[in-house]
Amino acid sequence: MAAEAARESHFEDYVVRTRKLTRIYQMGDTVLRALDGVDLDIKRGEYISIMGPSGSGKSTLFNMVGGLDKPTEGTVFINETDMAQLDAAELAWIRCRTVGYIFQTFNLIPVMTALENITLPMVFAGMSTDEQLQRGRALLERVGLGDRLHHRPSELSGGQQQRVAIARALANDPDIILADEPTANLDLRTGKEIIELLREMNEERGVTVISATHDLHMIDISDRIVWVRDGAIEKIEDRASIELTVGQVDWEEESGQAEESE
Amino acid sequence: MSDHSKSWKVGKVSLPPRVALEISWKNIQVRFGRAMITAAGTCLGIAFLVSVWANIAIVLGSGEQIDPDVEMRNTWLVIMSLLVAAVGISNSMFMAVTERYREIGTMKCLGAVDRFVVELFLIESGMLGGVGAIIGGIAGFLVMLLVSLVKRKAGDFFGMDWSYMGAHFVYAILIGMFISVVAAAFPAARAAKLPPAAALRSDV
Repeated sequence: MAAEAARESHFEDYVVRTRKLTRIYQMGDTVLRALDGVDLDIKRGEYISIMGPSGSGKSTLFNMVGGLDKPTEGTVFINETDMAQLDAAELAWIRCRTVGYIFQTFNLIPVMTALENITLPMVFAGMSTDEQLQRGRALLERVGLGDRLHHRPSELSGGQQQRVAIARALANDPDIILADEPTANLDLRTGKEIIELLREMNEERGVTVISATHDLHMIDISDRIVWVRDGAIEKIEDRASIELTVGQVDWEEESGQAEESE
Repeated sequence: MSDHSKSWKVGKVSLPPRVALEISWKNIQVRFGRAMITAAGTCLGIAFLVSVWANIAIVLGSGEQIDPDVEMRNTWLVIMSLLVAAVGISNSMFMAVTERYREIGTMKCLGAVDRFVVELFLIESGMLGGVGAIIGGIAGFLVMLLVSLVKRKAGDFFGMDWSYMGAHFVYAILIGMFISVVAAAFPAARAAKLPPAAALRSDV
């Protein structure tokens, strides 16, 4: 392990790397290549948006990077660890400590209060009760819900629930936050607030944010945008080139295309 | 940040028993209606069991002979009623699993391993079994009190074999918890096998 780390030390700035990532779904006689040889390197601290129409393989890519599904071929490295080499308990550890998930439908545990939802991953991580409460309160205050500690999800608005979800994703100081369409169930303004909050967390804490999205607001704040189509990466744009194209015909086409696909 | 990846190693997740109990208890409190339906199965089965045993205790106390045919029939009835209770609990727990599909997936995304999910379901079912059995046991005992007051001399009931009754009341509650846990084992195992990606499906 040490030798391997030394050999690959020049990659240490990459928090996620995929190599020839392929996922094939067999449905009866039809074979669907949901992902077809995707190579993607994500640097520590980046804010990445994954854009693409439904069925483009976006969600599949997302599941692979989050360790929620196993590739048919190819490899995913998280912090230079090959995910395929891990057993179920070790994958659980990665989900607990290294990756924070944010869902389209918020997915808070309905029987638990906001604070309990946030401390649950800390419980799994083996943190002491005092530390859990202290961290949990601080996180909820940070996302602007310091006065909602003991409310259940059913007593919170959609935007507030997603804030709790963001705080929960940060519970164990993960390296990566994976956000799956985090604004799709929110109105425009609330969605924008959520995106801004994610970006703030990314800047404050250096956590890498990878967000699957249809939301064009995401483009403004992303460091890079990965366009996925038919199971492959169509193009990767970085911020500089986006700013260059804003206001040009190119940009108009881009947004038209993305909106069509919604 | 750069030395972070070098010191990075994979450990083990944990769920302390105290927290597991708390979570299960919360599930029962918040989903009280569903919980009571599950507990009702155990409650009825154990009520019947205790009423049969109370009757035996009364007969033993009065020094009469126990009719072996009646005993045989009662044994069958008790077994059948406990089986029905077990099937009811199983069914109810399967519904609970379906209801909490996304919740289970989410828990796994937060770091829960299969064992945690099984534990939570079994603890919940064991608690419900215990509560159901205690209520059922008391109910069965009271019903037998009424029946014996109508059909026998009052002295017969109070002269029952109390040590037999006491011991069998405790057995009945243990049996109630046991049946409840066993009946929940299969639904719990299925819940535990749900992939974490289940959390991402918005249509459930």
